Amino acid sequence: MSHKSVMPGFRPTIGLTLLYLGLVVLIPLSTLVFESFKLSWDDYVHIITSKRVLSSFQVSFFAALIAAAVASVFGFITAWVLVRYSFFGKNIFHALIDLPFALPTAVAGIVLATIFQPSGFLGRLLNEFFGLQIAFKPIGIVIALIFISIPFVVRTVEPVLLEFESAMEEAGASLGATRLQVFTKIIFPNISPALLTGFALAFARGVGEYGSVIFIAGNIPYVSEIVPLLIVIKLEQYDIQGATAIALTMLVISFLLLLIINLLQFWVRKRSGQL
Amino acid sequence: MSIILSDISKNFGSFAALHNINLEVPEGELVALLGPSGCGKTTLLRIIAGLEHTDQGSVIINGENKTSQNVSQRGIGFVFQHYALFRHMTVFENVAFGLRVKPRHTRPSNEIIKKKVHALLDLVQLDWLHDRYPDQLSGGQRQRIALARALAVEPSVLLLDEPFGALDASVRKDLRLWLRNLHHDLNVTSIFVTHDQEEAMEVASQVVVLNHGHIEQQGSPSEIYDNPTNAFVSRFIGQTNVFDLDEHDNEWLRNVGIINANSTGRIAHVRPHDILIEKSESHQDATATLKDWQHLGALIRLELVKNDHHASKSLFAEMPKEQFKALALKIGDVVKLKIRHAHWFH
Repeated sequence: MSHKSVMPGFRPTIGLTLLYLGLVVLIPLSTLVFESFKLSWDDYVHIITSKRVLSSFQVSFFAALIAAAVASVFGFITAWVLVRYSFFGKNIFHALIDLPFALPTAVAGIVLATIFQPSGFLGRLLNEFFGLQIAFKPIGIVIALIFISIPFVVRTVEPVLLEFESAMEEAGASLGATRLQVFTKIIFPNISPALLTGFALAFARGVGEYGSVIFIAGNIPYVSEIVPLLIVIKLEQYDIQGATAIALTMLVISFLLLLIINLLQFWVRKRSGQL
Repeated sequence: MSIILSDISKNFGSFAALHNINLEVPEGELVALLGPSGCGKTTLLRIIAGLEHTDQGSVIINGENKTSQNVSQRGIGFVFQHYALFRHMTVFENVAFGLRVKPRHTRPSNEIIKKKVHALLDLVQLDWLHDRYPDQLSGGQRQRIALARALAVEPSVLLLDEPFGALDASVRKDLRLWLRNLHHDLNVTSIFVTHDQEEAMEVASQVVVLNHGHIEQQGSPSEIYDNPTNAFVSRFIGQTNVFDLDEHDNEWLRNVGIINANSTGRIAHVRPHDILIEKSESHQDATATLKDWQHLGALIRLELVKNDHHASKSLFAEMPKEQFKALALKIGDVVKLKIRHAHWFH
């Protein structure tokens, strides 16, 4: 680079970015890796493949996946309503969306547990009419994660919907497309990369979520125990190496899943001519 | 297919965008809706398309009342100012869209779609771009693709909303001519919206001048240019010099020949080419002074200041370059004006 770039500040900004990444992300995470190296491979495999750990992985990742999928659907609809229609109280609606961001997750967890437990307001109704029990079951975890992750979807999809050129819809309609065809063939393909981002954020948040889940989950080993909780339990028993082994595994799986989602996003954008 | 609009009115809140519009477009015409921005021309076009609904009146296309029909059922082709191509589809898929969304029993087979789309792309001379995405095309190419896309469904009428508004001047010139030729070949009834009078005169067979939600005049380009019905049309179509009789010396007006047996109003509009100029020998009989002149290609535009007691705006006259050379005028020379034709308004 013999010529100076027109955009000033490349060196200081990249320097600060690397410093931040190093201090806040890489050093803590590498400590995790080094700590787990104190374990032999056999010990590591033994910890990870214990039945309790495996089922907690299953619970965490499946619940996060389902919750992210549901949150994507409802988050998309919410963003659609917020962008497309004007109605009384829209600003309050806007503020409500962000509430799960600001609320301490434990508060959310306690509230959800209170209303969904068998004697709680919703728990009793669901039990009476559908014979459903939400609290202390995996489905309770999913409910808590949906609550936590909807704003991620809404806030990623919303700006893209706002920017969407309505002339494209009008063009579709003028060519004889029905409303459904306009949505499925024009609007949705243009929104889907943003929706995927929202899904990825919701999923990532769901995998790591702790506070809102533990109150409603019941934390029954093999049934509704999530990975973050298991790590805390191990730490409380001063089994630091056991905790790091689980944490490292979770880190790797999360990283791979996010990588896959990113690749998927790249593919969607490329296919739709946005790259 | 003919289009008949009767008694169309449209309000946006308290703003009356259109006011009792009556308009008939005979089959096969290429009509320009011309007017300044905010005059309602785009609203009118969108009402014909069904993208906007009229508060009152009816839209009849080919004898069928389409007033309450949705845009998707009207069988029109619409071309947008900013192209509105589908960004996530290739050029080919953009053009094929209208065929692919047809109900199953009327949808052509893939073979036929392929043939038809390539034929349309050939028509707009862009078949070589069929696998590109809209973002990879220039503005002129995008607009031609948009036109091919609109034509794919064999619309009964073609509606174009400022189709060249977002393009470079040179591309715009080419596309105007191209559109005119295309219309000549296809002969589909077309209406386009423009605020550029030159564009309207050059492309359209009929011009409709709109202002403040009213139709001011409708006619062929030459009718509108030669016989404007009011001062607005006269001023809007081409350059014109405005003489308010109250603001001028009677003697000066008589000298240049505006006032004669045909003078019927208080305001005279004079086209720049209707002002004849002779070199004046003395200051006594001179009626104007040359202030400046500009080169317009084959024509020279002269900016003149009147020699009378009222200080007022400059006049503009135009003459061929050769004539200007022969007169050998310099800035500051005095000249004699002769006005050979004026339009009179009250």
